[in-house]
Amino acid sequence: MTIAVRIPTPLRKLTAGADEVAIEGATIGALIDNLEAAHPGMKERLCDENGEIRRFVNVYLNDEDVRFLEGRNTALKSGDEVSIVPAIAGGC
Amino acid sequence: MSESIVRALKCRECGQEYEIQPTHVCEFCFGPLEVVYDYEKLEGKFTRELIESRPQNMWRYKELLPIDGEPKVGANNGFTPLIRADRLAKVLGVKELYIKNDSVCYPTLSFKDRVVAVALSKAVEFGFTTVACASTGNLAGSVAANAAAAGLESYVFIPEDLEQGKVLGAAIFGTNIIGIRGQYDDVNRLCSEVAGKYGWAFVNVNVRPFYAEGSKSMGYEIMEQLGWKAPKHVVVPMASGSLCTKIDKSIKEFIKLGLIEDNGTAVYGAQATGCSPISKSVKDGTDMIHPVKANTIAKSLAIGNPADGFYANRVIKESGGWCEDVSDEEVIAAMKLLAETEGIFAETAGGVTLGSAIKLIESGKLPRDESIVLCITGNGLKTQEAVLNEVAKPRIINASLKEFDVLAEADGVK
Repeated sequence: MTIAVRIPTPLRKLTAGADEVAIEGATIGALIDNLEAAHPGMKERLCDENGEIRRFVNVYLNDEDVRFLEGRNTALKSGDEVSIVPAIAGGC
Repeated sequence: MSESIVRALKCRECGQEYEIQPTHVCEFCFGPLEVVYDYEKLEGKFTRELIESRPQNMWRYKELLPIDGEPKVGANNGFTPLIRADRLAKVLGVKELYIKNDSVCYPTLSFKDRVVAVALSKAVEFGFTTVACASTGNLAGSVAANAAAAGLESYVFIPEDLEQGKVLGAAIFGTNIIGIRGQYDDVNRLCSEVAGKYGWAFVNVNVRPFYAEGSKSMGYEIMEQLGWKAPKHVVVPMASGSLCTKIDKSIKEFIKLGLIEDNGTAVYGAQATGCSPISKSVKDGTDMIHPVKANTIAKSLAIGNPADGFYANRVIKESGGWCEDVSDEEVIAAMKLLAETEGIFAETAGGVTLGSAIKLIESGKLPRDESIVLCITGNGLKTQEAVLNEVAKPRIINASLKEFDVLAEADGVK
């Protein structure tokens, strides 16, 4: 099952400039591992030493932050789109 | 012109430094980048006398703002009144209360004119001709106005359900205003992707490290206006949590530069209960910020996933401050109290700040006998919906003295 993953600008050096890559994965955790295999260096940027998604990284499954789903264990299905978005400021 | 003391952009997580450029996250760990300075270059050169000799706007502190030379945009922005709020203090039962009133900040009536002046000045330095932002309203208006005045093209992205005053307050400047179906966090996410695709200066994305520094000017002004002194306590509204970290940074910088004595200032954060992830983390004694789905009338603070929440949490705890959050009803009550005691019509975020301060005073977290500054960041005319049905309607009479006499008598007027 292939998932379209949108890559933010700061990580495109790892994807040879590609803004979207197709990666296999049954869960968000597996997807990140496969992303790392295809584009080394990705996982350490997205996850801390315990494998948790870093606090400055937001991972969206379709339109939902995976923190509101089941985090790394969130299941993926064909046709899903995953976006990686760095946290940005606003308001006060 | 003195030499710039800006050294680099530095990752707040891993410490990696980058040359000054339009970028906002660390390539190594994704941590946010912050502008760092070589303060020792200012030794003996940046004095109270020098600052006082300059025009009353935010650029009187330009050495501590990350621009090259003179500002390219927003040359008159900032420098708002700090008022001693004795009538409000009496109601709250505190001795020394001040209001830093950015509801009258030039030109768009919110503290965002400070951050935008820096962001757009920097955008011009970098050679951008189009500027953009994701906004809960105030930033949109400020980007639109300051861009118009500087002859820059602008795109502003807002949640579609914003208050009319905020929509109008951006649209009037001829900007390209885009309403997004969803909450601010959805707007933010889209903008992060738009910023990656279009070659614009996105004030809260790729020029965010510079933008955020503009908030420090609010802190510098407070200290100068208190007579070159930091308050004992300062209460700051929090959305992303950025302002509270920058007020803290401004105080530390003035101490470092010998402009003030260390007064042990404690920083307090205020949120709406319907969107209080930072407040909750402080009260729970953790540094983990759990994102929430925002639901509050304080739309300018409705950021469920606060980018600077972790740092705001740390600043509050390290400085000896605390957090509080208030219901929509408490927000409205506080807006009215501020208006009726001090003649200041603050937006909903101001109600959040004052409402939270009241709770902090009642719980004893804010001592009654020490100096307190409340940071009011935006103007109530932009969030009229919140209080439209909460204030007295005009009583309609004919232009007849007899009719007024009847009304006056009913009011007990002699």
